[in-house]
Amino acid sequence: MRFPLISSPHSERPNSVTQTMLWVILTLVPGSLAMTWYFGWGIPIHIALATLTAIASEGVVLKLRGRRMAPALNDLSAVVTALLFALAIPPLLPWWLTVLGTAFAIIVVKQLYGGIGYNPFNPAMAGYVLLLVSYPVEMTAWLPPEMLNHNPLDLEQTLAAIFGSTLPAGLSWDAITMATPLDQMRTQLDLNIMISEIRQSPLWGDFGGQGWEWVGNWFLLGGLVLLFKRIISWHIPLSMLGALLVFSMLFHFLDQEAYPFGLFHIFSGGTLLGAFFIATDPVTACTTKKGQLLFGASIGIITYVIRTWGGYPDAVAFAVLLMNMAAPTIDYYTQPRVFGHGERGND
Amino acid sequence: MMYHPPSNKPVHRLFKFPGGLHLPDNKAQSTGTPIRKARLPAQLILPLQQHIGSAAQPIVSPGERVLKGQPIALGQGRISAPVHAPTSGTVTAIDAYPVPHPSGLPAACIVIEADGEDQWAELPPPINDFEKREPELLLQRVQGAGVVGMGGAAFPTRVKLDPGPRRRIRTLVINGAECEPFITCDDMLMREQPERVVDGVAILMRILGAEECLIGIEDNKPEAIAAMTRAAETRKLAATTIIAIPTHYPSGGEKQLIRVLTGHDVPSGDIPASIGMVCQNVATAAAVADAVLRGIPLISRIVTLTGEGVALPCNLEVLIGTPLKDLVEQVGGYTGKAARLILGGPMMGFTLASDQIPLTKASNCFLAASSKEAPDPGIATPCIRCGKCADACPVSLLPQQMYWYARAHDLEKTQEYHLFDCIECGCCSHVCPARIPLVQYFRFAKSESWDQERERKKAELARLRHQARAERLARLEAEKQERLRIKKEALSRKSKADAGAARDSKQAAILAAAKRAAEKKAKLAQQGVVPGNTEHLTPDQRRQINLADARRKPASGPDDQPPRPHDVQDH
Ligand code: SF4
Ligand code: SF4
Repeated sequence: MRFPLISSPHSERPNSVTQTMLWVILTLVPGSLAMTWYFGWGIPIHIALATLTAIASEGVVLKLRGRRMAPALNDLSAVVTALLFALAIPPLLPWWLTVLGTAFAIIVVKQLYGGIGYNPFNPAMAGYVLLLVSYPVEMTAWLPPEMLNHNPLDLEQTLAAIFGSTLPAGLSWDAITMATPLDQMRTQLDLNIMISEIRQSPLWGDFGGQGWEWVGNWFLLGGLVLLFKRIISWHIPLSMLGALLVFSMLFHFLDQEAYPFGLFHIFSGGTLLGAFFIATDPVTACTTKKGQLLFGASIGIITYVIRTWGGYPDAVAFAVLLMNMAAPTIDYYTQPRVFGHGERGND
Repeated sequence: MMYHPPSNKPVHRLFKFPGGLHLPDNKAQSTGTPIRKARLPAQLILPLQQHIGSAAQPIVSPGERVLKGQPIALGQGRISAPVHAPTSGTVTAIDAYPVPHPSGLPAACIVIEADGEDQWAELPPPINDFEKREPELLLQRVQGAGVVGMGGAAFPTRVKLDPGPRRRIRTLVINGAECEPFITCDDMLMREQPERVVDGVAILMRILGAEECLIGIEDNKPEAIAAMTRAAETRKLAATTIIAIPTHYPSGGEKQLIRVLTGHDVPSGDIPASIGMVCQNVATAAAVADAVLRGIPLISRIVTLTGEGVALPCNLEVLIGTPLKDLVEQVGGYTGKAARLILGGPMMGFTLASDQIPLTKASNCFLAASSKEAPDPGIATPCIRCGKCADACPVSLLPQQMYWYARAHDLEKTQEYHLFDCIECGCCSHVCPARIPLVQYFRFAKSESWDQERERKKAELARLRHQARAERLARLEAEKQERLRIKKEALSRKSKADAGAARDSKQAAILAAAKRAAEKKAKLAQQGVVPGNTEHLTPDQRRQINLADARRKPASGPDDQPPRPHDVQDH
């Protein structure tokens, strides 16, 4: 009898890429449900649309590259990209923009660089930024959260809005859409309105916008599960949130009326989703522990700087992409001390 | 004397190494029954190379009768070990046979047909008063008994015990960690024969002149810890601490164990002796005790046979050279679940194509793993840079980077990322979600680097040879030139005289010519024509001048010689 010759180790392997991605998808569920609750049917519709587009694009490119489809599609990374993209865009975005953004993310940002593991940029964020830069009006037309929404659309009306750009009779786009809390805060601060005045509006909750902050909570919960399952390590989320908090608090204490309270930044926009699910994308983040701290903290700081002084109300996507570029260099300079090298051992 | 049974509060401070894994230990399957003596096999196959270093040289020939314990091959060179006949019988062949080696290639072996009498040869006398004996004598005994590291590496023990006069050894570290899953031979040895180990420790302490001994045993072996503690007490072993260490793979790695027990790091690329320590495995200590106190060479060892693939997992005391097949039969044969045969543990062992191989001094475990115990890892997919491999690496390497460069065959870069600090523990491959066989890449990169190094050395040697040859030729050439020069000088002295004569006649010609020219000039001046300078030399005059010049040249002496090359012999 002959037995197979296989290289060690011969152990039962605890991890797989598919399983990792599956955990990311599962932990995104609470946040996605919360978003659906607050912002309506547009969220699941875009998730479905983006997922189908991502799988189709990936399949086509793999076919063109002459690769086997099954292993690449089975790893579920395309689904994660689609999900992250869909959670970042406004709920009533025209369907073709979702298709465009997802296809760009998968085909150009991921597959043209060689597929999973080789892409230097986070595909979902690159797709998002492409749309934000090219279609700023559509990309900033959000809906008010459920408690402030006087004209909620049902499933049929939402489908009509997304696929046919038609609204129910008597409603205009201006009437139903609304800027995000981050956007509003920024616009009004630019008009020299004081924060205490701005916060009089019913738009605001405890820390961030009504509804928004709860979405943030659910993403936080999912992120904590990822941490607990050791799918991600604490270094990037903690350093990113920490840096953002420290910076915003610092300015807040300098001038409480011009710079919002630190937790506003944590619970607004894409901060929590970004900290746990986007900045931690292993392919495009730093891999050394020291590097991850630097990477996360830089994203936090850049996010704050762009939100406060830059041209865009939210900046997580830009910050992540910028740091994606720096990641290989940071990794190179933050290599850990190898056992038996350096100061220890000779006393 | 300090003993710290596990129930006591640990007095000894323990340290951590980075990374590592907590693995299911799977040890209970093979510890249920006591160690049994394996049946005497009909035939024993003894590889000449069971150790690191050069192969032993046979001193018997086919047809010769040998007795149990008789040396049949002697060590060659400083790093080598002899081989002894494990039983009495007849040498039937010295030839290449399949041996347990990852390469799967056959190697030279001595084959002994056992006669069933198991008749002992005359053994060297016991050295019971080793405390009063010279370490050198004990070292010779250890070497003569063919003792090598029995934890798997099989490095000749004498070499490790003799780190040179300038390296003083303070601490003897005894490795009873046995951190790999499934393996229990050291555990059972410590449980059942702790006195052998403890006696070995005393001898090793004497040889090294060490001040203290730390015995590290993973805390998943409480019986072993208790038995060893009792034995150390009854044997009144001085300056020895038995320490329960956390079960944490790979705590049994030499450098990892030293870190855990002492907090010291052995410098990269160096041996523990560089920080005053020597590490020996418990089974090696037992073999040392046998050699010194009983005169018995290393002809048997305890082997774990385990896994769902064998019917009755257990530990056997096995004569070195016993065919694995014989042993499998003695533990009830295969169960039908056997999917992979592994020699060594699941993390670092290598697979065997068949059980038609002999066991050697280094074989600690045979694992017939089921497809549940050793599942197919699946197809490797691209690295997603998750860093799990780096988190798990006990040496703090960046396996994902080394993998990247190993794949690109950029050996220099892999070495920059400390490829040679990799201990091939398998932690990185184990945790990789992309199922990349990282260790395989690293082994390959290492052997490629060695090949390259050999090539480089070869090329360097060729270059040096070529350089030496060029220098020799240059020297010969210079000497030839020198001789030539001397000859020429002699010649030129002669020709100088000729040249002098020629110069005289030339001068006369010049004078005559000048006179003629002056006359001509005067004549032309009268006619109103201005003369050129040398245009008016006759062809004859020109030739004369040229010839004279040519002769003058060689006569101008050694300044024109090329400089003699420096003597490069003594650099
Ligand atoms: S564990 Fe595997 S996938 Fe993750 S970084 Fe290491 S090699 Fe890449
Ligand atoms: S095999 Fe080498 S690189 Fe991998 S974990 Fe072990 S020491 Fe580190």
